[in-house]
Amino acid sequence: MAAPELERGWVCRELAEELPSLALWLMRIEARSGRSPEPVRRRLRRLSDRFTGGYVIHMRQDPVPWAYRVFWRQIGIDPDTDRTPVEQIALDRLERGAIHSRNLLDDALVVATFETGVPVIALDASKVGKAIGLRLTAADERLGGTGRSLSSRQIVVADEDRCLAVLSGEVSEDHGVTSSTRSMVLCALQVKGVPEISVSEALWTVSDTLAVGRDAPRSRW
Amino acid sequence: MPEEGGCDARRNDVPAALLAEYGMPSPLAPRPRPDERPARRDLLDQIERLEGELSSLFVSAWPRKGFELSVPGRGGPRLLALAELEALRDDLAQRVDHARRGLSDRTLVEERHRARIEQMLLDPEKHKWVRIGNDDIGEPGCKHWHVRPRWGLLGYLMNWWRVRISSGCPLARG
Repeated sequence: MAAPELERGWVCRELAEELPSLALWLMRIEARSGRSPEPVRRRLRRLSDRFTGGYVIHMRQDPVPWAYRVFWRQIGIDPDTDRTPVEQIALDRLERGAIHSRNLLDDALVVATFETGVPVIALDASKVGKAIGLRLTAADERLGGTGRSLSSRQIVVADEDRCLAVLSGEVSEDHGVTSSTRSMVLCALQVKGVPEISVSEALWTVSDTLAVGRDAPRSRW
Repeated sequence: MPEEGGCDARRNDVPAALLAEYGMPSPLAPRPRPDERPARRDLLDQIERLEGELSSLFVSAWPRKGFELSVPGRGGPRLLALAELEALRDDLAQRVDHARRGLSDRTLVEERHRARIEQMLLDPEKHKWVRIGNDDIGEPGCKHWHVRPRWGLLGYLMNWWRVRISSGCPLARG
């Protein structure tokens, strides 16, 4: 199987003019989700042990998490209410006492987001178009074409035909990864202040973590 | 990829030709607006700077409680209008200013409490029954300094006072 490549998604003109550093990076991979194998669970446990209260408090001043906090603020989200993905992981860890394994894909996304600070979402490659990018919604658009209605001028991840995910992380149910998914498109958002290497590392971390589970037996979803 | 300008959701279907035939400008035609981009960029930069200050204040204020550092969202993720960006900038500036004053006042009081602890240790008789906790000096934990009579009632009657320093938070019980 050929090694996956990074590609840059399109960004519509108005968004690119307003936020010149905004970019969406994509990686298409052959992978499935399922139950996380022991090495991934072990990695989650190690990750979990690295959290302390002080670490989480100071996280918002680290360059990458801070860049997403600023971006959240600039696009009208209160990062103290709707947390950036990395802060949400940290908060969940503090509240639950550990990072619990859910499934291979979710675990891979958590590992990548925590290690790099870069949020990553996954789509089912067989259900989305070739050209994926960022744009603003028109009036009366629905998430995934048939899902909940979106207000106009929201920033969404979209293909040629429909919006696939809201920028803050909500993925259309019809286009997300399911147990029958065999190939995925990983999407990572780059904002001002986030180096490209962090974004590519995030995508490679998801890809590598999914590869760990590729040959593992699948007992359940 | 969508065609040029494809992310602008607005559509303009004004029959301007009809009015132009009579030499009148269409009242519904889009008016040329001044370029908002420099103003928007300035506002985005200001929001970035203020968010940085708010984060610094949050870290400085921790573990103190009672600071309101949240600024409501604007129904994002979306591109905010110029007026919304201005309002957000003003709210952030106000919040930063408020939090900075609050923290400044609090640290002044804490400094006084620290000085008082030193005085209590030097001269407990002059600070009978005074109790100062970690909360009062802006630190985490349950430690406190309490001026109490030595040997209970006897110390009370004999005016023998000392500062008792607690050993920390009580252990969690099942």
